Amino acid sequence: MHAYANPARFLAIARPLTPWLLGLGTALLVVGAWAGLVLVPGDYKQGETARILYVHVPSAWLGMGGWTGLAVAGLVQLVWRHPLAGIAARAIAVPGMLFTALCLATGSIWGKPTWGTWWEWDGRMTSMLILLFLYAGFIALTKGEEGGRQGWALPRGAAVYALVGAVNIPIINRSVVWWNSLHQGPSITMRGSSIDGALLWPLGLTLLGFSLLFGAIVLMRMRRIIADNRVTARLQRMADEEV
Amino acid sequence: MKPKHQRLVLALLALAGIAGAGILGASALRDEAAYFRTPAEVTAGKAETGEAMRLGGMVAAGSIARQADGVTIRFVATDGKASVPVEFTGIVPDLFAENSGMVADGRMRADGVFVADRILAKHDERYMPPQMGEMPKNMKLVPEE
Repeated sequence: MHAYANPARFLAIARPLTPWLLGLGTALLVVGAWAGLVLVPGDYKQGETARILYVHVPSAWLGMGGWTGLAVAGLVQLVWRHPLAGIAARAIAVPGMLFTALCLATGSIWGKPTWGTWWEWDGRMTSMLILLFLYAGFIALTKGEEGGRQGWALPRGAAVYALVGAVNIPIINRSVVWWNSLHQGPSITMRGSSIDGALLWPLGLTLLGFSLLFGAIVLMRMRRIIADNRVTARLQRMADEEV
Repeated sequence: MKPKHQRLVLALLALAGIAGAGILGASALRDEAAYFRTPAEVTAGKAETGEAMRLGGMVAAGSIARQADGVTIRFVATDGKASVPVEFTGIVPDLFAENSGMVADGRMRADGVFVADRILAKHDERYMPPQMGEMPKNMKLVPEE
């Protein structure tokens, strides 16, 4: 794994991969959105309103997946001291928080016409809001520390924080099973899907499309961080030579 | 043991500890974090008369009855084990219907009727095209406990 500690090796893969992720993700998203918003019929009960799930579900998935990524990066940094871990975590945090916010916003918009409320403090919504705050905390913990003496490694506290915060992920996932909630139970489980096949397939497209875009955004942010690093190092060298 | 392995063991131990603490915390919250109480819990005496609470359940088939004043409805909330009559004055969400979930804010009156100040509709996790019609017989009405 440390082969990719060399930024040149990482960049050799990341650079050509980015346009592929970007292009394929956009294409899947366009087809998925068209299918979900236009082609497939509305839900038998909620009608057209249920179509927001094609954005809401991928947002929830990426918000939670993003934190899982942060936790893995935190572990990799604490145990293996891998130099890319801190870069990856910093690159993931902002888009992860963005998708969490998107999940909360689309959920709220969805809740008003179906449940009759913008917001309720039920287990699912509360735990998802906590995830948003966790992201904000992580970003605050890692801001202003980058590129310093430690390079781009996460401050130890931030790496531990990413691991501790991961405890919220299974809580979000199980919140509708453990506790009575306004939010409905899981539609897609190990036993299958209670979303009919006719409505399910566009969700697969948008889920994959959003995920690929997320990957592209993370790779671009990682490349920017590495580029920043090089500029800083070069400026430092030049300054040292002048003295 | 190399320092790397030492750190790995420590990190995994810490992770297990955090996960354990999380599970303990979540299970301790089991009742407190519930968004609503079920009719079975209410009839078992978990709700005191006049205490503000939420009641959640299915609206029993054929139970919605509009009262003479035109704005008050009565219906029966059930969870398959017990049922509680509910009275509500006001506008219900569009998805509020018989054989469908609902959550009501309110309090128990001394005569055993739950008086709601607000009603929310709860939908289930099934999505399907309208031509499939009403609920297939093999799908359960009440979520498993």
